[in-house]
Amino acid sequence: MSKIHVTTTINGDPAEFLCEAGDSLLDVLRDRLSLTGSKEGCGTGDCGACSVTVDGRLVCSCLVLGAEVEGRSVETIEGMAEGETLHPLQRKFIEHAALQCGICTPGILVAARSLLERNPDPTEEEVRYWLAGNLCRCTGYDKIIRAVLAAAAEMREAS
Amino acid sequence: MALDSKQDTNKRDFKIVGTRPPRPDGIDKVTGRARYGADMSAPGMLVGLVLRSPHAHARIKSIDTSRAEALTGVHAVVTRADFGDVEDGATADTLDNCMAGAKALYDGHAVAAVAATSDAVAKQALKLIEVEYEPLPHVTDVDEAMAPGAPVLHEGRTNETVPQGMSANVISRCQFGHGDIEAGLAKADRVLERTYRTEATHQGYIEPHACLASMGSDGQADLWCCTQGHYMVRNTCAAILGLEQGKLRVTASEIGGGFGGKTTVFLEPVALMLSKKAGRPVKMVMTRSEVLRATGPTASSSIDVRIGMTKDGRITAGFAELRYQGGAYPGSPVDMGAMSAFAPYDLENVRTIGWDVVTNRPRQAAYRAPGAPIAAFAVESAIDELAKGFGLDPLEVRLKNAAREGTRASYGPTYRAIGLEATLRTAKDHPHWTAPLGPNQGRGVACGFWFNFGGDTCVSLNITPDGTVTLTEGNPDIGGSRASMSMMAAEELGIPYDKVRTVIADTGSLGQNEVTDGSRVTFAVGLATIEAARAAKREMCRRAAKVWGIDEDAVVWEDGAAKPSGPNAGEFPPMKLEEIAAIASNTGGPIAGHFEVNAEGAGVSFATHMVDTEVDPETGAVKVLRYTVFQDAGKAVHPDYVEGQFQGGAAQGIGWALNEEYVYGEDGTLQNPGFLDYRIPVASDLPMIDTVILEIPNPGHPYGVRGVGETSIVPPLAAVANSVSDASGVRLADLPLSPPKVLAAIRSR
Amino acid sequence: MQYLSPTTIEEAVRYLAAQTGDCRILAGGTDLLVQLRSGLAEPESIVDIKRIDDLHQISREDGGWRIGAAVSGAEMGEHAALVADWPGVVEAVNLIGSTQIQGRATLAGNLCNASPSADSVPAMVAARAVARVVGPDGARDVPVIDIPTGPGKNALARDEFIASIFLPARPERSADAYLRFIPRTEMDIAVVGCGVFLKLGKDGTCADARVALGAVAPKVLLVEDAARALIGTSLDDAALDAFSAACSAAAKPISDKRGTAEFRVHVTGVLARRAALIAKNRAGGAAQ
Repeated sequence: MSKIHVTTTINGDPAEFLCEAGDSLLDVLRDRLSLTGSKEGCGTGDCGACSVTVDGRLVCSCLVLGAEVEGRSVETIEGMAEGETLHPLQRKFIEHAALQCGICTPGILVAARSLLERNPDPTEEEVRYWLAGNLCRCTGYDKIIRAVLAAAAEMREAS
Repeated sequence: MALDSKQDTNKRDFKIVGTRPPRPDGIDKVTGRARYGADMSAPGMLVGLVLRSPHAHARIKSIDTSRAEALTGVHAVVTRADFGDVEDGATADTLDNCMAGAKALYDGHAVAAVAATSDAVAKQALKLIEVEYEPLPHVTDVDEAMAPGAPVLHEGRTNETVPQGMSANVISRCQFGHGDIEAGLAKADRVLERTYRTEATHQGYIEPHACLASMGSDGQADLWCCTQGHYMVRNTCAAILGLEQGKLRVTASEIGGGFGGKTTVFLEPVALMLSKKAGRPVKMVMTRSEVLRATGPTASSSIDVRIGMTKDGRITAGFAELRYQGGAYPGSPVDMGAMSAFAPYDLENVRTIGWDVVTNRPRQAAYRAPGAPIAAFAVESAIDELAKGFGLDPLEVRLKNAAREGTRASYGPTYRAIGLEATLRTAKDHPHWTAPLGPNQGRGVACGFWFNFGGDTCVSLNITPDGTVTLTEGNPDIGGSRASMSMMAAEELGIPYDKVRTVIADTGSLGQNEVTDGSRVTFAVGLATIEAARAAKREMCRRAAKVWGIDEDAVVWEDGAAKPSGPNAGEFPPMKLEEIAAIASNTGGPIAGHFEVNAEGAGVSFATHMVDTEVDPETGAVKVLRYTVFQDAGKAVHPDYVEGQFQGGAAQGIGWALNEEYVYGEDGTLQNPGFLDYRIPVASDLPMIDTVILEIPNPGHPYGVRGVGETSIVPPLAAVANSVSDASGVRLADLPLSPPKVLAAIRSR
Repeated sequence: MQYLSPTTIEEAVRYLAAQTGDCRILAGGTDLLVQLRSGLAEPESIVDIKRIDDLHQISREDGGWRIGAAVSGAEMGEHAALVADWPGVVEAVNLIGSTQIQGRATLAGNLCNASPSADSVPAMVAARAVARVVGPDGARDVPVIDIPTGPGKNALARDEFIASIFLPARPERSADAYLRFIPRTEMDIAVVGCGVFLKLGKDGTCADARVALGAVAPKVLLVEDAARALIGTSLDDAALDAFSAACSAAAKPISDKRGTAEFRVHVTGVLARRAALIAKNRAGGAAQ
């Protein structure tokens, strides 16, 4: 069985790869495109560490087939900063010590950015429920939620 | 060697320690650049996968790997037969756990492994390995395993502490305490007798175990892995593979959580053996299911408690008998549970007995204050029940019985300065304690304790020609410790924080380091960092003295520079660190300081936790409304990271109290090996977790530091249970407090 | 394994008919990919229906809504008019998993996967939803309640798939609601699920009711006794008590790692009552 050839856009850059029918988008990102920022924590869509957006929609990349992104646009953690300039969420995470081991951080940043794009002024509860699919075992979520709310405030100020 | 640190503790005005600078690995981690265990690759690398027993207990009669070996794309197959024997008992158990020998001892026990050119080929190869099992009766419950006639895992492992005639699954017995229990109980106005049970939980780190091994035919090997202790990995793998330690160089990746679960090896010896046989690098990454089935959850327990209290709240005697099962090999943390159970209290009569039992479950590994949360659940729940029964304030009762400096601890030693009372008083004065509660809401408190440890530590501090400092240490950073080390080095040298870079070097760079555990890093590596910085300062003073032509003793270090010690020494302007560094070659060569120690003097850390919950009386659902942690940190080097440890431990404890448990089927297989049904707290389950840092300096550390990472998981199990009891009017002695249990208790009231 | 991505329904049907081995439809993939990974499913081919434009539509039809099989729960949640008409169905599908899962999960996928605890199914059944099944012989309409036949089994032939779900026109003074019980606040599989549809008469009494239960039987249960306990009443305590009791009586759950049978039976009654009150409020009845 020959591999599938996929042409797509990743973080704004054109990308092409070959993959098996059963390869997930996460497998492709990590093993074929060397984009190891998205992590595999569970492989079953229960932890969110693999979060990316496909055509602007927040999804678990472990539950998307590589073949599905033909002609679509994928955004990963690697595309969040612009050169040297960090996204406000990234800056706030560092300022608020919203990470300890950092393994969940890429997924949470991608998910939080998706939230703020849709809802620039979320309540604490809305942030918690939006991020319920992103497990963190180190922080107890407190500083993460504070960092997201702080980033939201800064982004509202700037706009 | 104990350090004489009565010099300059706590009275000092810190410039950097106690502030909140950004961490050095922050940008890498928020951009996805940081490399964790599974993020490394090597040219020619193969994929390694493990074949695991589907039986909870079975004799392995034969393994035929020939068809797997013949499959195109398979480059190596490994079974236990490839490994030699290991002398040391604990290491032999580790080898047997990594690759089963005569028996498979739990569902998921590794029995063979393959290395192949792709995941698909490796999976196919596993299917071609033929294992002939003879299933045996199994046992997963601790009390059942102790009963006569229980299926036996190992013959002849029971040691002399265990009385004759008990099941061979009972490995050892320990005992602690002093005084006369029966006499003490006789003086009580009420004696509470209760049995408590907890189920096994997993550390739940989000990063599965992963490693990349490369072993050459000359016996030299390189290993990349996520671990809490790459020196432990080196030493254990070297012993298992018959290598000299210096031949195996282990590099620790960034680690995606450990909490004790990565203080041992699972894949690493297997990956090395596969690489050796294949002649190529081999990468192995566990699935979540493998992590839950076949790494190191903590013990499950049953605990009998007898506590006597007078009606004015004095504990007259405390007794606990703890039975822990630690999975398929000896070594549950029942001794630590038995030692810590009554540690917060000043008791005339106290006794704890602990039984270490084996069962057909994966071999336990450390989980954040191993053994202590379980014991504290029982004792703190019982004290709460007694206090409430007499209509007494639970914080007052604890204050009345609290251990202080000079108290003889229930486990033996006498306490130096400790912070328990400070946490209790602060809790009592805190607005949380008197905030109003609504219907079906309740408040609970509990105390907790952890010993904290020191251990083998090496630090090397090197100064570059431009006057920047590189600190080389050997402890993987699980919570922000690199920042804290840089802070302590900068503080000691009198230079800005951003002039110091802390790196965690591979095992070739330093001699030996104890794993990142026991809340030891900020204490022990910090202590070594300070001493290494002092050594560097002494050397820099010597260089200045040489340049100035004065006596070494006439030079002191102040504000980041060498200075003459007084007007008689000479009129020389201070020579800053970067000036000394620039001329180092001309004054004797590169400048460094180093320090090696088996650190002692770690200070114990006490905490009081307070939690409000709401219980839905129609469904038994528990909602956590408010949580406050009061904990003694000795000296908080970086307060953000201290708060983070408080919050993280509390969250794990909440999960343990409410929803996390290992569920075994009748057939002894794990029923919930995934994050869907192994339920750790999600963001919407928790409120903000407030933290109050107390600082009662540890006399054993130059800055007063106490470890904080572990104590924070000890109180929450009982604090939550006490809160639920206050909210619902029922006492539950059986964790987790899942809704069916809570509802059943409410309905049968 | 082969991956096929047809661009029309006819092409998809042709692929299905031509396959000799196990062939699976891929919409959101939140069940299929988990099964592929665990080895529970080893199909020879996968037919991805998301390149078929028709299947991405949410459109008005006869006063109701036709929702294409490729529409995700998140897209449904962003459709204000749909949410206004059928909040229960939308909240049900948006309780599945997490935000990430809702970005992919679909009504048809949830239905055809036929888990006894599927969240969207009781809500769809209460709403009288109808599945449009397409195959080589054309299209046929099947009430959603008739699609699941047992745990993991559905009534479709191997060369058929669901192209859309139809939610009927919602009458005046009516509303639906869905509640489920889970041990955490998110992410869990429903331990009990309850979908309720109520229609009030002009005098505020209950003119029509439909209640469906999930996770308490091998497949979704429509509880007609419970509906009858509400019709004609003012949804007072006595009626709600009888309604709860009828729901608990109908529940035939197992005990498993998510809950005991006894717990599920009790909570069924509790949830049913709470869901009925929400539906009543939405339908314009006074709060209790």
